Amino acid sequence: MIPVTYYLALSAILFTSGALGVLIRRNALVVFMSVELMLNAANLSLVAFSRLHQSFNGQIFVFFIMAVAAAEVAVGLALIVTIFRSKQNIDLDQINSLKG
Amino acid sequence: METTSGLFFSLVPLIIFAPLAGMLINIFLGQKLGEKGVGLVASLAAGTAFLVAVLQAISLGQHPEGAVVRLADWIHIGQLAIDWTFRVDTLSVTMMLVVSGVGTLIHIYAIGYMHEDVRFKNDIPRYPRFFVFLNFFIIAMLTLVSGNSYMMLFVGWEGVGLASFLLIGFWYDMDTLGRPSFANSNAAKKAFITNRVGDFGFLMAAFMMFWKFGSTDFDLVFAKVAEVAAHEPWVILWMTIFFLVGVVGKSAQIPLYIWLPDAMAGPTPVSALIHAATMVTAGVYLVTRSFPIFSLSHDAQYIVATVGAVTGLFAATIAVGQYDLKKVLAYSTISQLGFMVAGVGMGAYVAGMFHLMTHAFFKALLFLSAGSVILGMERGHHHLPHGDHHEVFDPGDMRNMGGLRKTMPVTFWLYIIGTLALMGLPPFAGFFSKDEILLDASLHFPHVYWILSAAAFLTAFYMGRQIWMVFFGEARHAAAAHAEESPLVMTAPLMVLAALSVVGGFLNFPGLHQFGGWLAHTLGEMEIPEFSFAVAGVSTLLALAAIGLSWALYGRNPLKVGQIDPLKKPLGLLFTGMENKWFVDEGYQLLVIQPYKTLAKFLAQTVDWDFWHEWFHDSVIARGFVGFTRFLADPIDLGLIDRVSYWLSDLVSAASASLGKLQNGFVRSYALSILVGVVAILGYLLLNAK
Repeated sequence: MIPVTYYLALSAILFTSGALGVLIRRNALVVFMSVELMLNAANLSLVAFSRLHQSFNGQIFVFFIMAVAAAEVAVGLALIVTIFRSKQNIDLDQINSLKG
Repeated sequence: METTSGLFFSLVPLIIFAPLAGMLINIFLGQKLGEKGVGLVASLAAGTAFLVAVLQAISLGQHPEGAVVRLADWIHIGQLAIDWTFRVDTLSVTMMLVVSGVGTLIHIYAIGYMHEDVRFKNDIPRYPRFFVFLNFFIIAMLTLVSGNSYMMLFVGWEGVGLASFLLIGFWYDMDTLGRPSFANSNAAKKAFITNRVGDFGFLMAAFMMFWKFGSTDFDLVFAKVAEVAAHEPWVILWMTIFFLVGVVGKSAQIPLYIWLPDAMAGPTPVSALIHAATMVTAGVYLVTRSFPIFSLSHDAQYIVATVGAVTGLFAATIAVGQYDLKKVLAYSTISQLGFMVAGVGMGAYVAGMFHLMTHAFFKALLFLSAGSVILGMERGHHHLPHGDHHEVFDPGDMRNMGGLRKTMPVTFWLYIIGTLALMGLPPFAGFFSKDEILLDASLHFPHVYWILSAAAFLTAFYMGRQIWMVFFGEARHAAAAHAEESPLVMTAPLMVLAALSVVGGFLNFPGLHQFGGWLAHTLGEMEIPEFSFAVAGVSTLLALAAIGLSWALYGRNPLKVGQIDPLKKPLGLLFTGMENKWFVDEGYQLLVIQPYKTLAKFLAQTVDWDFWHEWFHDSVIARGFVGFTRFLADPIDLGLIDRVSYWLSDLVSAASASLGKLQNGFVRSYALSILVGVVAILGYLLLNAK
């Protein structure tokens, strides 16, 4: 049986690369995907702990997260499409109308 | 004294309210009633007051101790209690009878006099006002004599002063000759202000009285006066001296007499009623009323008697040099008031009051006759051909008169009676009253006797001079030649007064002394000096000699038109002094009025304007205020408060600027912040998780 540490390590690597993707990339779609990556990294560690503790709580939590993420994707993509329509690009650095 | 057992005593308040009703009717209905109605109402009001006074006298015949009638509360503060209380005793009723009796006759006379006066002066609507003032005077004078305390007396004292002011200035917009001028109103002001000096004395005495006696009621004060005199004699002396100041002002004695001659600016009935017969005797009444106080201080008596005597002589000398008919009578009044004041000052209260009464008769007679003469001259002037009307004509100047005995015979004989009474020839009223004063003086105050005898000589002389100049000789002006006799409404009251001037002396006939006995109920039994033929003979001889001298100078060779006074040559500078009233007015001008004006100008210009406005207000207050506000504005407001608030606002804007930089619009940097924040919080929680 694969020790839980591996899962957690993989989860950490995925989360970190997701976070880096959010911070570094400027393409909104890529950032969006990176956010998904972070969510799923969290899902992975939840599932791993669920397995470890022989409890379904984590798995149920993951279902919720996946449902919420699906909804979020729908809203997020709609936003990106709308932004693209108004600005003709989706570079995050160009979206600064609320700058102080 | 407390109960009013007398029959008519409780009616005494009517003596005030009857004239008051007359005054109110004339105030509100005067213009509608017409001249006859106004005169009738006013005369009836005064006549009712006289009737009430007569009823009081009748009651006093049965109850000579008199009564005190309380009408209302007036002032109640702490232990000070002053009521509106009437005092009916032989002294106050004597004054009531004189005031209301002579007053009524003068009201009747004024109906005729003012009828012509308002026409000569072209202001007929002013007629009712005169009677309103005249009734007001009667109210005030009767308040003065009927009050039961010095405070009620003072109310009347001020009231008659006001009435006098209003009536002297009755023709306030012209001078005595009817030309537009401030002369009459200035005379009114002079009288009022001079009297104010005297009133100051009265008030000081009243304050001392309240301070030392705790009351101003006559009975309460007189009850304590002996006790105070024993312990603190200076109180009595100063109180009497302050009262003397009041007397000197109101009764026109040296040095405050100067207002009385100018008061002749009022219509003649006013001169007769207020400035000869009644108001000016208020001072004599005051001294007589205060006899328990005055008789305790020999010094005070000496001073009062001397002031009276000197005034008597001094005013008589001025009267010799006057040319105005009424001015001669005015100085004569001052002189006769001197006799009265000297009399009451010596303690001869009966003699002083007696002279007050007879003088009221014959001096009112003389003044009213003089008014008749002046109106006769006006009528004569009015009938002259038109061209002569525009010259300045003084109907009161004796140099314009002469020969009037032919044109005005009734007035002439009335004037003769008044003159003989004033000269003090037997058996006229003035002889008896003046003789009593001289007799008392010869016994107690010899210097007063000599001064008053000289004054009596001059009195007979200036009256003789007046008679020769006015009624004898030839007319020196066309107006005098055409003068006309006055109507009966004017001469009838004069006849009553003339009768009183003839028989008035018998009220206190030597040896019988009915008047002395009557007043003794109030004043206590007085020592009555034995009638002295020496004193009476000397004064009669002096009067006859003076008449002879006046005949020699003015009667034998009547004055011609434009001729200078025959006395001027033999007396020289002395006569110039008499003519110019010894320059007393000029002296006042120099010694009092000019320094006062200089002081006033100094106070107004230097102290008030230069010091107070220019320096204190502008420099100290305004500049100080500006300096202070500048201090508040510059260092405090700008330096401290503003700087603090600027610093605060700078702080806020700096903080917001630096914080604003965080809001840089880069979503990724927000994300980094969130990451850092999450890491920091989680790290903290992990490290501190026990």
